[in-house]
Amino acid sequence: MWSSEPPAAASPLTRARVRAAWAFVTPMLAVLALVAGWPLLRTVWLGFTDAELAGMGDATWVGLDNYRILVGDGTWWRAVGNTVWFTVVSVALETVLGLAIALVLAAPFPGRGLARAAVLVPWAIPTIVSAKMWGWMLHDQFGLINDALLGLGLIAEPVAWTADPDLALWAVIAVDVWKTTPFMALLLLAALQMRPRECYEAARVDGIHPVVVFFRVTLPLIRPALVVAVVFRALDALRVFDLIYVLTSNSEATMSMSVYARQQLIDFQDAGVGSAAATLLFLVVAVFTVITIMAGRLDITEGAR
Amino acid sequence: MKALPILAALALAMLGRAVPAAEIAISCGAVGQELALCREGAEAWAERTGHTVTVVSTPASATERLALYQQLLAAQAPDIDVFQIDVIWPGLLGAHFVDLKTQADAESLAAHVPAILANNVVGNRLVAMPWFTDTGLLYYRKDLLDKHGAAVPATWQALTETAARIQAAERAAGNGRLWGYVWQGRAYEGLTCNALEWIDAHGGGTIVGDDGAVTVNNPRAAAALDLAASWVGAISPPGVLNYQEEEARGVFQSGNAVFMRNWPYAWSLVNGADSPVRGRVGIAPLPRGGPDGKPSGALGGQTLAVSKYSRHVDAAADLVLYLTGADEQKRRAIVGSFNPTIAAVYADPEVAAANPFLSGLADAVSGAVARPSRVTGKRYNRVSTAFWNAVHATLSGDGDGAANLAKLEKDLDRLRRGGRW
Repeated sequence: MWSSEPPAAASPLTRARVRAAWAFVTPMLAVLALVAGWPLLRTVWLGFTDAELAGMGDATWVGLDNYRILVGDGTWWRAVGNTVWFTVVSVALETVLGLAIALVLAAPFPGRGLARAAVLVPWAIPTIVSAKMWGWMLHDQFGLINDALLGLGLIAEPVAWTADPDLALWAVIAVDVWKTTPFMALLLLAALQMRPRECYEAARVDGIHPVVVFFRVTLPLIRPALVVAVVFRALDALRVFDLIYVLTSNSEATMSMSVYARQQLIDFQDAGVGSAAATLLFLVVAVFTVITIMAGRLDITEGAR
Repeated sequence: MKALPILAALALAMLGRAVPAAEIAISCGAVGQELALCREGAEAWAERTGHTVTVVSTPASATERLALYQQLLAAQAPDIDVFQIDVIWPGLLGAHFVDLKTQADAESLAAHVPAILANNVVGNRLVAMPWFTDTGLLYYRKDLLDKHGAAVPATWQALTETAARIQAAERAAGNGRLWGYVWQGRAYEGLTCNALEWIDAHGGGTIVGDDGAVTVNNPRAAAALDLAASWVGAISPPGVLNYQEEEARGVFQSGNAVFMRNWPYAWSLVNGADSPVRGRVGIAPLPRGGPDGKPSGALGGQTLAVSKYSRHVDAAADLVLYLTGADEQKRRAIVGSFNPTIAAVYADPEVAAANPFLSGLADAVSGAVARPSRVTGKRYNRVSTAFWNAVHATLSGDGDGAANLAKLEKDLDRLRRGGRW
């Protein structure tokens, strides 16, 4: 670590390099403070006021009132529960399916280039477009999904996928899995292609069963990439908004923390409670990030032993 | 390069005193043929005046449109000059609009139905001009009612029974996709209208009384919600819980429903040239809630307002007055079955010939039930959200009407913050 060096020992050359480094870093820090720091601080501050969206100027300090409102609001807790459930289930499914697809695409077969491109299509479609498209496909009366399932005789009557409160969150999860699995597959495919061949040759020579090879060789080799991919997706999933908003609007059955914050901010014009909700969401994401980074560090030291 | 300013000055001099053409942006709703009609009207005005006009389409859901407007207006954006405003919004958004009283002449103001015009007066300022008025209506399939010897239901109980009977008979005869009744059950403003109609028809009040007291927690209101909850999955498709106006019309117009609750705009569409149910549809006021109830339709409608932040207030106001004028309202009544807000247009023979039901609607509109947007003022949106969520929970089978209304009362009292909204 550089910081552990005593400053007195720095030579003129080192000092000049430190100055140059600061000169290069300062503009970036300034831009970061402007585009990330300032809005964040302002949101946190607004969370302690009774500001309304129209006329932010007349905000007065109300202390923890907004947080008290949130803690006492069943809808907020339902939104927290929905978000966590959505994140855990969708990321788990995406990881398993993404890994399976990546393993297939990593093996050489004719037309592999085409298959790799085709797999990426769901990821390439903007979320709004795919959410609208799925909204129509899941429609209970004219929807393709119901038509297909009815035709196959799997269901007796059309199912209201996005309206039934017991099914709506599952419908949202299914669409998210459809959309984001390619992203997982892509990240994992990159990791799979970096594997050293020798391990597999050694395993083949020793006659190890392929399943054992997967768990003992492949999985440890791609674990760093796997952890990064899961963290990426989990952070993304915790902020989920567009998919849920398009498919089921403000319905409480599927409301995520972001949808809740938007409803308070925009529909109710309550910048105070909305900012408090946004701040809590930020804290949840931050805590989650810190935990996973720490877990990642532990992994690295384990690997070094 | 020096020649440029001189050329510009010359060009200006040649134009003389001609008013510079303004570019006006108008936001229009996009339910059914709203957008097309709005564009035609605006372009006709542009041709007349030499201005240009851009039509901005907005979300079909009123809830989302309001959110969009609030963002634009809070940012004082000059991008949209003329806003299409729902009848429940003047109190909420009025501060952002110019007073049209100074722009319009007394004669054209007096032509509008006084009560409808008065709804747009906020603090002695006329913040919007009435464009069309709406009320919830019952659409029914004449052919199916005749075939099964049923009368147009006068009560919600009779509707429940008739819908179930026809649905069962038609399904037994092989019409497997037929449903009894479709309406708007998604958790949005439309559900507030539907549920207010059920409750008001049963004599259960209007959520919040004129004095600001929360009245919704009463046995009649609970009974009305329980009756509606019994429809879901029985005479209404389970997906109705995610329907807006156009989803309901989609089911009804493709011939898959006996009854539909919708606004007047649907009339000209279900009778359009490409409609499978063309000529087989009747229209009636919504039923009573039991023999001692009253028929009740929610009062809706749209108005046009001029943004304070517009760069061309005069031209924008001129467009508003043109679109809300008698000629344009007549055209819209004939082509789009939009209810005029000018009494004289109802009596016009051409209008009566195109849409015979319109004259009968004048009464339905005057007896329509208003949402409590005036008394709850800036908090209306929260009141409506809390209400539609309580209704949606009841319809989804998450607690019965009584339990959800008791909880709603508590929530609303908390919103009310000690007596004032």
